[in-house]
Amino acid sequence: MTAGKRSVSPAKAVRLVATRELNARLRTRGFLIGTAAILVVMIGYLLLQANVFDRADRTKIGLAGQAAAISEPLRAGAQQVGIDIETVKVPDADTGRTEVADGTLDVLVTGSPSNLHALAKSTVDQQTEALLNAISRQEVLDAKLIESGQVPGEVMREVNSARVEVSTLETADPDEGQRIAVALVMLFLLYMSITTYGSLVAQGIVEEKASRVVEILLSTVRPWHLLLGKVIGLGIVGLVQLLILGGVGLLVATATGVLTIAGVATSTLLWGLLWYVLGFFLYATIFAASGSLVSRQEDTQTVLTPVTIILLVGFIAGFTVVQQPDGTAAVVLSLIPLLSPILMTSRIATGAAGPWEIAAALVLTLAAIAALTWLGGKVYRAAILRTGSRIKLADALRN
Amino acid sequence: MSERTLEIDHVSKRFGDITALDSVSFDVRPGELFGFVGSNGAGKTTTMRIVLGVLAADSGEVRYDGEPVDHETRTRMGYMPEERGLYPKMKVLDQLVYLAQLHGLPANEAHRSAEDWIGRLGLAERRGDEVQKLSLGNQQRVQLAAALVHDPEVLVLDEPFSGLDPIAVDVMSQVLREKAATGVPVVFSSHQLDLVERLCDRVGIIRSGQLVGYGSVADLTANAAPRITVVAPRAPRGWASALPGIRVLADQPEGTVVELGPGVDDQIVLAAALATGPVHEFARHRPSLTELFRNAVTEGSEA
Repeated sequence: MTAGKRSVSPAKAVRLVATRELNARLRTRGFLIGTAAILVVMIGYLLLQANVFDRADRTKIGLAGQAAAISEPLRAGAQQVGIDIETVKVPDADTGRTEVADGTLDVLVTGSPSNLHALAKSTVDQQTEALLNAISRQEVLDAKLIESGQVPGEVMREVNSARVEVSTLETADPDEGQRIAVALVMLFLLYMSITTYGSLVAQGIVEEKASRVVEILLSTVRPWHLLLGKVIGLGIVGLVQLLILGGVGLLVATATGVLTIAGVATSTLLWGLLWYVLGFFLYATIFAASGSLVSRQEDTQTVLTPVTIILLVGFIAGFTVVQQPDGTAAVVLSLIPLLSPILMTSRIATGAAGPWEIAAALVLTLAAIAALTWLGGKVYRAAILRTGSRIKLADALRN
Repeated sequence: MSERTLEIDHVSKRFGDITALDSVSFDVRPGELFGFVGSNGAGKTTTMRIVLGVLAADSGEVRYDGEPVDHETRTRMGYMPEERGLYPKMKVLDQLVYLAQLHGLPANEAHRSAEDWIGRLGLAERRGDEVQKLSLGNQQRVQLAAALVHDPEVLVLDEPFSGLDPIAVDVMSQVLREKAATGVPVVFSSHQLDLVERLCDRVGIIRSGQLVGYGSVADLTANAAPRITVVAPRAPRGWASALPGIRVLADQPEGTVVELGPGVDDQIVLAAALATGPVHEFARHRPSLTELFRNAVTEGSEA
C-alpha cells in the first residue's frame, strides 16, 4: 500500500483542472486553425487597407488634345484640396472614351481649357468637377483680365491672399479616424473572446455532465475547485489568443503604416486584456451556471442564448459608443457592469473615458463579478449532479 | 472497530417524500470482498454515492479507519460509478494520469501507475486512443483502471460487472481479489448473484432502503430455512400442502420443492411422499444466494 497520507490541496486541485483545460484546448488543431484563420483575415484586411484602398481613392484622369495643358494646374489644385489625382495624356478623344468604358480611366477631359468637357462612366466626383470648374473659370478670368489691361498673376496673388481666418474651440485630433478603428477592432475582439470562451466553459461543463465523468471528479475534487480550475484554464486560453491576435495585428498595422498611433494602440490593447480578464470572469460563472442546468449537448444552445444576447447587445451598442464616445448614452452604457468589459476599452481608445469613469466601471464590474460568482457557484453546485431533463433555475437556487 | 475498516453507520437519506436509505449500517473489513445486492432502486447507488461524498447523508456517518470520512480520505478511495464516465475526447493514458494526479499522486508516480494498469488490463495498444474510439468492453477496462490508478485504500464499485463479456468478468474478478488480498476493503454491487456468491466473503441485501440481510454467504444460507426437493411421480397435486410446518415453494410433476419451518423434521415429508407411491429423489439443500435474495425481495412485496 502507499505510504501514509497524501492529499490534494485546493490550489493544486484548481491547478490540475486548469492545466487539463489548457492542454485540451491550446494543443488542439482547432485552436491553431481558428487563431490562424482570424489572423489571416485580419492581416489581409490590413494589407488591403494599406494598398488597394489607397489606390481606390485615386482618380485617374485622361487628358486629350488641348486639355493636356491643364495637367499642371489640375495636379496643383488637387494637392491643395487634398485629393489624389493622376493625370495621363490620351492620344485622342476616341481612345479616351474606350478607356473610360473599360475602367482604365476614371474621367476623360477634352476641349480647350476655357471650355472643358468631362466624360465619366457614371458620375464625376464632386471634388474633381469643382477642380475642373475652377480651372476653366480661371482660364476665362485670366483672358478677361488681360482684355482689361491687368496682369493676371498680380491680381490673382492679391485675390488669393484674401482668405477666411479659421479658429476652433477645440483642437481637432488628427488621429481620430485611427482611434475609432482601434476602438472598433478591440470591441470586436472582446466580444468575440468573451462569447467564445464563455461558451466553451458551458460546453465543457455539459460535456462533463453528459459523459458522467463529473461523478468521478467530484469524488475527489470539490465542485468549487472544478469550476474555478475550468474557468481559469479556459480564461488563459482566451487570453493567449487575444494576445496573439492583438499583438500580431498591432505589429502588422504599424509595419504597413496603416496605424501611426502605436502608443495609443498598445495601451488600448493592454486595457483590452484587462477588460477581457474582468469580462471573462464576469460571464464565465453565468455561462457555467447555465451549462450546469442541462445534461445534453443538444440543450446547451437553449440555455446559453440569453447570455449571448446580452453580449450581443453590448457589441451592437458598441458601434454607437464608438461614434459618440462622450455622449450620455455611451457614458451610461459603459458603466453598466455587464456591458463595461465590452464597451469601456473602446471609450478608452477614443480618449473619451475620464479616469473616474474608468475607476467607477472597474469597481462596479468587480462587485458584479463577486455577486455573480457567488450566485453562479450556488447554481452550479446544486445542478451539477442532477442529470436528466433541464433543471429550472429556481429549483437550482432553492437547494 | 478494527483498523482500515469501512463503516457505514446508520446512514439515512431522503429525496423529497421518498426514503432512499433508512438507517443503513454495515462494515467492510480490510481484505474483504463485500457484495452489495438489492433490486433496482433499493438504495445501492445512493449508499455508494454517500460513501464517496458525491451525495450528503441526512443523518448517520461513514467512517474509515475509525475516523469519519472526509475529503482527504476520499482522495484515497477508488470509485467506479454506476453511470460510467470518462472524458470522451481525452486519450486513455492522459485520462488515467490526470485522475491519478487529482487523487494526489505526483506526476511521475501517476505516469508509472497509469502505464502499469494499462498494461495489466490489456490496453497497451489503445493507450494513445481517445476513449470515445474504444469498444464498450475496453471503455469498461479504462473505467476500472480509473478506479485503481491511484492505488486506493478502499474500493467502491457500483455494478462493476454489468456489460462485461465472460473474459472481462474473469479479469475483473481477478483484479478485485488481488486488491482485497493486499488488505483493501472492497465493496461492490451486482445483480449477478452467482458471481457475488462465488466472490464475496460477506454480502448485504438491501430492500427499499433497509438492510434486510447481512453476513457471510454461508451464514446467511445456513440460517435460512432448509429446502427439500422431492420427486414422487405418482403424488397428486398439493400432496404436501397439508403437512404442518411446511411451505410448498414449487409443485410440479417433475418435482416438488418445500421449505421446512423451524424445528420441523424432514422425515414427515418423506413419509408423506412415500404414502403416494415410489420416491425417486429426496434431496435436502440450502437455498442459494439467488433464492435468498428472491425471498428477501418478495417478502417485502408481500408485506
